[in-house]
Amino acid sequence: MTGHLLSELTVFILAVFVGFEVISKVPTLLHTPLMSGTNAIHGIVLVGALLVAGVAQGTLEHVLATLAVTLATVNVVGGFLVTDRMLEMFKKKPQ
Amino acid sequence: MSEAVSTTATWITLAYLVTGICFILGLKWLSSPARARQGNQIAAVGMIIAIAATLLSGQIHTFRDIIIGVVIGAILGAVGARRVKMTAMPQMVAIFNGAGGGAAALVSMMDFMRGAFSSTPLTPDITVTIVLSTVIGSVSFAGSIVAFAKLQEIMTGRPVSFPGMRVLSMLTLAFITAMATWIVGFGGGDGALYAMVAAAVALGLLIVLPIGGADMPVVISLLNAFTGLAAAFTGFVLGNDVLIISGALVGASGTLLTLLMSKAMNRSLLNVLFAGVGGGGGAVAAATDGVVRSASVDDVATMLAYASQVIVVPGYGLAVAQAQHNVRELADELEKRGVTVKYAIHPVAGRMPGHMNVLLAEANVPYTQLFEMEQINPEFPRTDVVLVIGANDVTNPAARTVRDSPIYGMPILDVDKAKSIVVLKRSMKPGFAGVDNPLYYDPKTFMLFGDAKDSVIKLVGAVAKV
Repeated sequence: MTGHLLSELTVFILAVFVGFEVISKVPTLLHTPLMSGTNAIHGIVLVGALLVAGVAQGTLEHVLATLAVTLATVNVVGGFLVTDRMLEMFKKKPQ
Repeated sequence: MSEAVSTTATWITLAYLVTGICFILGLKWLSSPARARQGNQIAAVGMIIAIAATLLSGQIHTFRDIIIGVVIGAILGAVGARRVKMTAMPQMVAIFNGAGGGAAALVSMMDFMRGAFSSTPLTPDITVTIVLSTVIGSVSFAGSIVAFAKLQEIMTGRPVSFPGMRVLSMLTLAFITAMATWIVGFGGGDGALYAMVAAAVALGLLIVLPIGGADMPVVISLLNAFTGLAAAFTGFVLGNDVLIISGALVGASGTLLTLLMSKAMNRSLLNVLFAGVGGGGGAVAAATDGVVRSASVDDVATMLAYASQVIVVPGYGLAVAQAQHNVRELADELEKRGVTVKYAIHPVAGRMPGHMNVLLAEANVPYTQLFEMEQINPEFPRTDVVLVIGANDVTNPAARTVRDSPIYGMPILDVDKAKSIVVLKRSMKPGFAGVDNPLYYDPKTFMLFGDAKDSVIKLVGAVAKV
């Protein structure tokens, strides 16, 4: 195992703990927006899609890269917008 | 020159760090109703920072694919997010989730293919993570598509299974493991990768097909965790910390939410995934010979109007009938007469965690009137009327008493302890778990048959006239 992988593994494990810790007290009320919000966050894979698309060569790679960027963008844009739409509705008093 | 490169690299790393902080803060704020919206917004800001940093990193040489993909993806995502009805939220989340899973798998696949035909050999360190993110991403992609099809009612919401399905799943898993071992340890090439991806897609289908509609909150939550993990492993593949951190955060929170959901049904995750509840296997004879009493709209309106406290128990039927706005009108009408109205929300009511809260929020029901199971259960004995709208299994007293019932042991709303119960229901058809509900034969229970929305609209009119 290389040192690089080891430090990545450290970051991964620590982030898992942070994830558990931050979420553990969320009320049922917010479960749907939370899920939808975390759903948007894993759209970060768009960064990966951009990196491979930026150096794509040949037809197959271009097709796959464009598809990856499209899917990841759907995830990011749809995820954040739909979560915002939901949260906009959570109000204390009806107006 | 080399100094310039390293300066850029430092800035990119710092930008990714800021993104990580934004995501953690965003998740933290999402846990409180007052700050949840800012939480989502700060997470979105973090995402924009990461994307901008990547685009400016100098590692992007051609922009054509990116522009095409971003434009198409942004249009699809935005239109979907704007148009979706709140009742259809579970399938929307499923489809976005599937998109993320598919993207993660594609990115890792491409990294492998590039490595396989370039001269530098891929070390097992890298191929392990490539295999993991490709498999998990593909499973999540295919599973989410099935979940979407079930929720959108493109296919039946009931469990779909056939003889030998479990054996087939095991064989598929074994095949994936074999291909993965070949790739990581013995130089398997693109062919092995394609076979592995195909098998992973099949596995995703096989996992979600036998799961019934009522277990969807658990499944969607689990698939969300899967995509998170796939993104994290893609981060390992690319050596990109922001992907690792974000993916791990989502993986962890998704897992936690999945376990919470399973616990709310008093079932283990394995039981949810493999028991196929709703297949009609669990025959429960208890109380099926009882008498059902039906009531007219005017009867129910009178009961409600003269009650001092009414608790509304919403379920998936409310979502299907799109009756949330009418329910709020009914509550308004009752409150005008001095009746206290509360809502009892079961953790797994609906098709995704917290589904009912979103629907009622859409109808402007203040969240201070929504109560979780533990808070509301002691209130039922002093409640005059409970109005059960499209909920079934979560109110079924058989969960407390009938040992061989598939839902035995699931914590339920103690609806049967109220002074009287009114159940709005289309027919006597059992719920998704396929279990008969003794509540309907309780002498204190009145059935109001018909479409939930119709019935509630009629009730609003009738209560106003009482």
